[in-house]
Amino acid sequence: MTIHKAQGVLVRPSTRAAGKERTRRHRGQRSAYLFLTPWMGGALLVTIGPMLASLILSFTNYNLLGTPQFIGAQNYVQMFTADPRFWHASFVTFEYVLIGVPLQLALALAIAMLLNRGLRGMSFYRSFYYLPSLLGSSVAVALLWRQIFGADGLVNQALGIFGLQHLPNWVADPTWSLGTLVALHVWAFGSPMVIFLAGLRQVPTELYEAASVDGAGAWRRFISITIPMISPVVFFNLILQMISAFQTFTQAYVVSGGTGGPVDSTLFFSLYLYQRAFTDFDMGYASAMAWVLLIVIGLFTWLAFATSRRWVFYEGERQ
Amino acid sequence: MTTIAHSAATASAVPLRSRSRHRSRRVVTHAVIIVTGLAMVYPLIWMVASSFKPEKLIFTEPGLWSSTWTLQNYVDGWNQIGLPFGLFLLNSLIISVACVIGNLFSCTLAAYAFARLRFRGSGTMFAFMLATIMLPFQVILVPQYIMFQTIGWTNTFLPLIVPKFLGVDAFFVFLMVQFIRGIPRQLDEAATVDGCGTIQIFWRVILPLMRPALAVTAVFTFIWTWNDFLTPLLYLTDQEKFTAPVALNAFIDSTGVTSYGPMFAMAILSLIPLFVVFLVAQRQLVQGIATTGLK
Repeated sequence: MTIHKAQGVLVRPSTRAAGKERTRRHRGQRSAYLFLTPWMGGALLVTIGPMLASLILSFTNYNLLGTPQFIGAQNYVQMFTADPRFWHASFVTFEYVLIGVPLQLALALAIAMLLNRGLRGMSFYRSFYYLPSLLGSSVAVALLWRQIFGADGLVNQALGIFGLQHLPNWVADPTWSLGTLVALHVWAFGSPMVIFLAGLRQVPTELYEAASVDGAGAWRRFISITIPMISPVVFFNLILQMISAFQTFTQAYVVSGGTGGPVDSTLFFSLYLYQRAFTDFDMGYASAMAWVLLIVIGLFTWLAFATSRRWVFYEGERQ
Repeated sequence: MTTIAHSAATASAVPLRSRSRHRSRRVVTHAVIIVTGLAMVYPLIWMVASSFKPEKLIFTEPGLWSSTWTLQNYVDGWNQIGLPFGLFLLNSLIISVACVIGNLFSCTLAAYAFARLRFRGSGTMFAFMLATIMLPFQVILVPQYIMFQTIGWTNTFLPLIVPKFLGVDAFFVFLMVQFIRGIPRQLDEAATVDGCGTIQIFWRVILPLMRPALAVTAVFTFIWTWNDFLTPLLYLTDQEKFTAPVALNAFIDSTGVTSYGPMFAMAILSLIPLFVVFLVAQRQLVQGIATTGLK
């Protein structure tokens, strides 16, 4: 560490010291704003400004040419009363979030517990399992997914070994296509797993030993010790994964070739929003959709926080 | 030493049967972990193997092994959508590196101010910064596009890079704030006594100590930017500006009937940088996730 050598600081009479203190604080304020300049610029130009703009645009009709026309709440009214695709996209997204997120977290927890047995090579295994979540949001893997779940893809070949025939083309079949994206989401369970693992390591082993002495079986120990002890981590993972699952775009776009097909079965909310904005150039409508998404995500997050008192236990709060 | 003595002691005390049961359980756990792990990465391994097979053998010899190996897919894929794939990789690299620099620059400055300096409105601004972590990008997508289009930045790298120089990734600002709060304040005070101003304290005291946080930020920024699809898809319209993911996506659009071999080959090329970062920075990645929940 390199710190400049001192010019000695003299002790001064108190009044002058106070004055100096004031100017120093003033200077401190100035340099604080100096440090914050890039961030404040970004907050204003790239975040707050566009946010307000999108709120205003959501009450207009605007196709990028000409000027936005104010049309009141018409976009919102149309969305909720006269746009079946909006409802469809909402349901697809809900289905994805409500199935994909719990499945992914369950698998992540299961593997984390498996890795938390004090085995040799744990850190190697951990990295190994983490790899898919690093690649899961890439276009390359989404393309691979199209093949794996295709008519003559890996999945059907594997099932063929067991003598199953007349298998569907999972990606092109509206019954299954959303399932393939859920599978992709679950496959990329690495990052919640690493977080779970960090949480599991904090659970004191004495608790398990005491419970075993009292005759608690493995399941009982899991329900009564593991789950309550790591509930803050479960909560954290849930919030994080939920928020990002609501915004899924890339995988749906690539696997369906940008259409959200077949028959809109993978028309995610973000994908429909993208289509309205950049295919139909319906900027007002897309902005209104974005605000609905913001409110829905906010609501779910609030719901999670509101119910968390009942099921999340923090170490410090226990009596 | 003590563990050996200990296990020897238990060995004599514990009946042989229970000991071997213990060991076999451990072997089973290892086996389960390895088999599950292999099943999980099998698709990736299969993609690598297939990229070296002649196109027509990919589906007729679906296992990992092939009767003939070839580099033809890489040759074909390289020029398949008109321009050499190396150009797209280069574009991705330029954008990713620029974004890393941008985030390191803007997030450290903001984080230092939030963590150490006192100023009016710091509480409000900090709360706002935290709130933007949860903000879905869709909310600012449309106006941002309109803004960048108005100033003529579409079809350039600027809309992808410039925001990073303005600290828009609040995640990292927060991560760094937390990190700086862990650095003892006595160091700042000592530097003040030695006559350092805030800027010097930042540059000479805080920044050198922040290396781990900087590494996490750099690694994740690189990976996220490299994987990002929506932003380049939106802003880059000329093929010569495409990033690797956008170019990969064009493989489907351009051919209609997808030729898997060349596509797999280029998909693998596009994953190699991620893989290298993963190998080099495993520790930062795992620590970064464990402490902050990044993806």
